[in-house]
Amino acid sequence: MVEFNLPPNSRVKEGKTFKAPAGAKRVKSFKIYRYDPDLGENPRLDTFEIDLDACGPMVLDALLKIKNEVDSTLTLRRSCREGICGSCAMNIDGTNTLACLKPIDEVQGDVKVYPLPHMPVVKDLVPDLTTVYAQYRSIEPWMKAETAVAANKERKQSPEERAKLDGLWECILCFCCSTSCPSYWWNGDRYLGPAILLQAARWINDSRDEATGDRLDQLEDPFRLYRCHTIMNCTNTCPKGLNPAKAIQDIKNKLAERVL
Amino acid sequence: MSLRSPLGRVRGLGSAKEGVGHWLAQRITAIGLVLLGFWFVAAVISNVGADYATFTAWLGRPGNATLMILTLVAAFWHAALGLQVVIEDYMHGIARAASLIAVKIACFALGAFGVLSVLKVAVGG
Repeated sequence: MVEFNLPPNSRVKEGKTFKAPAGAKRVKSFKIYRYDPDLGENPRLDTFEIDLDACGPMVLDALLKIKNEVDSTLTLRRSCREGICGSCAMNIDGTNTLACLKPIDEVQGDVKVYPLPHMPVVKDLVPDLTTVYAQYRSIEPWMKAETAVAANKERKQSPEERAKLDGLWECILCFCCSTSCPSYWWNGDRYLGPAILLQAARWINDSRDEATGDRLDQLEDPFRLYRCHTIMNCTNTCPKGLNPAKAIQDIKNKLAERVL
Repeated sequence: MSLRSPLGRVRGLGSAKEGVGHWLAQRITAIGLVLLGFWFVAAVISNVGADYATFTAWLGRPGNATLMILTLVAAFWHAALGLQVVIEDYMHGIARAASLIAVKIACFALGAFGVLSVLKVAVGG
């Protein structure tokens, strides 16, 4: 059954407070989820007071400032700092987004930062993505075609066919959408989730791919696909402005088209 | 503890290759119930204050009996499909399987009882 409370060892306790340096004028509090598996303690919420006059504009800038200048044990993934790598996906101010694309001044009051919801936590803001990567592997995200093409020739696609991939290829696999989806929370072991289904749609809609039917066969399942109830959290939260709910609807429509 | 690889766990028992029928039936019965719902409400209002004999005579007409049976079938079919989704969402393990079977039997039995009752009035007298 659904659990309404976190297990006792996952409940978040009050943590330490790191004061802003004396003389700071624009102070903003960052309340950050901290968990260290080596301590054997419950997760805690540490408070870091940051002088915004000595900090970059994005939440990621503040997190890196904390790591560099206040507490070097703060653990997070980040790489490109421009919304292309998808590493710094986390829950900021109650919404999953990329820390590098989230301006601090968009947050009213304290900035609450948690790891992506309902994933096992490795440490602090780093979620364990093993299952979701395996789910990505399971949809076989590569082109499958039997028609032979000369080694020095490309597989051709008309501009209209290429346009069908727009809104799908831009996904950076940050998993903000999947971890915002209640269906994925309750049945993430069997439901593929919006990120993976959007990727599946990317291959189903590729005119060069010749395994469309096999791909649809693999998805037709009460759990893999039909756990989607068009809740739309995925579309709401996507930091790249994509629409996973529409991509999933497209897969459902194609499955219906096969039998009607 | 399981040492099975993540990909093996995700692939699990494979695709059920089922679900499009459920999805279509849920939508078709929903549209049917909107239309039949208007008829049902109008029918109930038109029979307000009628005595038993008048009502059974009304229900005994082939058109009314057919629409009533369609309403019952659509309603219990749609209920079974909807409850199935709720159970699949929120229950796990053996409780899920047992609830799914129990709910389907209950919906089928209630629907059968309703249909048979209408038929008794319409045909059996």
